[in-house]
Amino acid sequence: MSSVAQAKAPSRPPTVKRGSQKDRERQTAIWLIIPTIVILALVIGYPIVTAIIESFQKDPGLDPSTGMFNQGGFAGFANYSHFLAQQCGTVTCPPGTNGAAFWTSVGNTFLFTVATVVLETVLGVWMAIIMNRSFRGRAWVRASVLVPWAIPTAVTAKLMLFMFATYGIVNVVLQQQILWLSDPAAARIAIIVSDVWKTTPFMALLILAGLQIIPDEIYEAARVDGASTTQQFFRITLPLIKPALMVAVLFRTLDALRMYDLPAILTGGGPGISTTTLSMLVVSQIRQGFNAAAALSTLTFIIIFLVAFVFVRFLGANVVATQSATKKGEA
Amino acid sequence: MSTATEAVVTQGRRRRAAKTADYANVRYKRHVGASLRTGVQAIIIVIWCLLPFYWMIVTSFRPVDHTFDTNLLPIPFTWDNYATAFSTELGNHLLRAIGNSLIVGLTTVIVSLIFGVTAAYALARLEFRGKSMLAGIILGASMFPAVALLSPLFQLFTNIGWTGTYQVLIIPSISFALPLTVYTLTSFLREMPWDLEEAARIDGCTRLRAFWQVILPLAAPAVFTTAILAFIASWNEYLIASVLSTDATQTVTVAIAGFTGSQPHQEPYTAVMAAGTIVTLPLVVLVLILQRKIVAGLTAGGVKG
Repeated sequence: MSSVAQAKAPSRPPTVKRGSQKDRERQTAIWLIIPTIVILALVIGYPIVTAIIESFQKDPGLDPSTGMFNQGGFAGFANYSHFLAQQCGTVTCPPGTNGAAFWTSVGNTFLFTVATVVLETVLGVWMAIIMNRSFRGRAWVRASVLVPWAIPTAVTAKLMLFMFATYGIVNVVLQQQILWLSDPAAARIAIIVSDVWKTTPFMALLILAGLQIIPDEIYEAARVDGASTTQQFFRITLPLIKPALMVAVLFRTLDALRMYDLPAILTGGGPGISTTTLSMLVVSQIRQGFNAAAALSTLTFIIIFLVAFVFVRFLGANVVATQSATKKGEA
Repeated sequence: MSTATEAVVTQGRRRRAAKTADYANVRYKRHVGASLRTGVQAIIIVIWCLLPFYWMIVTSFRPVDHTFDTNLLPIPFTWDNYATAFSTELGNHLLRAIGNSLIVGLTTVIVSLIFGVTAAYALARLEFRGKSMLAGIILGASMFPAVALLSPLFQLFTNIGWTGTYQVLIIPSISFALPLTVYTLTSFLREMPWDLEEAARIDGCTRLRAFWQVILPLAAPAVFTTAILAFIASWNEYLIASVLSTDATQTVTVAIAGFTGSQPHQEPYTAVMAAGTIVTLPLVVLVLILQRKIVAGLTAGGVKG
């Protein structure tokens, strides 16, 4: 048996691989992957296709324009125009309906996404740079950074509800009496701060992984050439972590676009609908009509897909390539 | 066999450790001047990350009429909130919710691992056409917005009378846990010493046996870490559970979000903080113990948190 370990075979079998062996490898691979693909098709593909089909069906119920009960049937784009054009039947949706809330919640969702992702990126880069330096207790810093990440968002939301309460610690520290949950601007700030607290560590760890593959020699050389710390950051660090950073930003953006737990528990979408996100609108719509909800969730899916597309196509977030590059760097 | 394996692994580890130490040494000398500034910033990071968590624990030990105290220690001190958190008198069922979350989480993890390990093996080890496309599909699936699945699944589960069962919670959980498992495991498995598997196969092992007896034991920590990540994702899930669960199948996140106190319109903050501590502390301890591996899994997998 000891010969097994001594035989230092190359990790890839020799290039004289015969065709039949390659075929067999391909077949094995297909049989190994097919179960996963089938499951994903069932739990993701099936609901999506169903949702798209249903989104073109009428929800049974009273037609607000005629006052007659309708049994459903083909709806054309009515479910979509209900949200996109805020049309309830032939009239404009009155305030308080989900149709009227659509563009506000799109705005809220994008506001939260941009604000949290920008803050998390800046703070994440800072945290990562500190964690990449060597000092005593660095392991403690890296460990403590995992704590906010490990706390369930639902618990975080309750904790923040307590901290942002009228007599809570935030007002005590700020020496203010801000009604965080009754004022639209304050409620939005509370959500953004809570999300930044919870998710920056994750961002920092992704960026740290990018930082760790930059060889020290580059900084050495830059310093010999007289580059200042600022120059080193903008000319070396930032360009070199850009691929890892772009992927981290993409993941965070897609995550933030579907934000639900935090506003649902912290503010309940209020005051009014000033912190209602798209996901919250979908959940509210599910209880009022499946087919309209299907249209709304399809719209949400399309919005998220478009953002991902823009990232990959125009901003150069190459997920697959970055993954393999990171791997090579670490090896 | 196993001692030989260990020898090879330790050798590699030692070489890597020496290299790291070298780097650390150089870095250390360079940063002596700036070390104070680094230290201060490191402390700020630690305080920022831990203070809210600490505040939750401290509050969980305060008597109700001291809810908004500002001293950093829970004086006066009480265990009452933990009794309240577990009590079912006010319609809260934390213990049952913990059981539900365990059932959903463990089933999700087991199913995801069974299918995830085979898929990850193929992606990490085998060469075949369409591999990067499949990897892309699986990664895309892990980024998929769960809310888009919710409405059709809700309708389907209602129609077939599954409301109130565990599978309505487990099936959507698999939609994000399985891609996460495949993705994280693939990047872990790529690092395995495949020479050993090759050698075992030259000695006459089948592919399955070589994987089972040579690679899997070495990959056990990676598989365990992946399982933890998938479990945390399932344990922390709220959106799907809040819509699809009933009172009987309520998970911990739903139970805590809907925690009711004795007074209407008044948050029972101290009891909620106790409940939050109960469902969070085991995870935090586990994560801290497995810190290194978890970070490797999070960043190598590069998937959501």
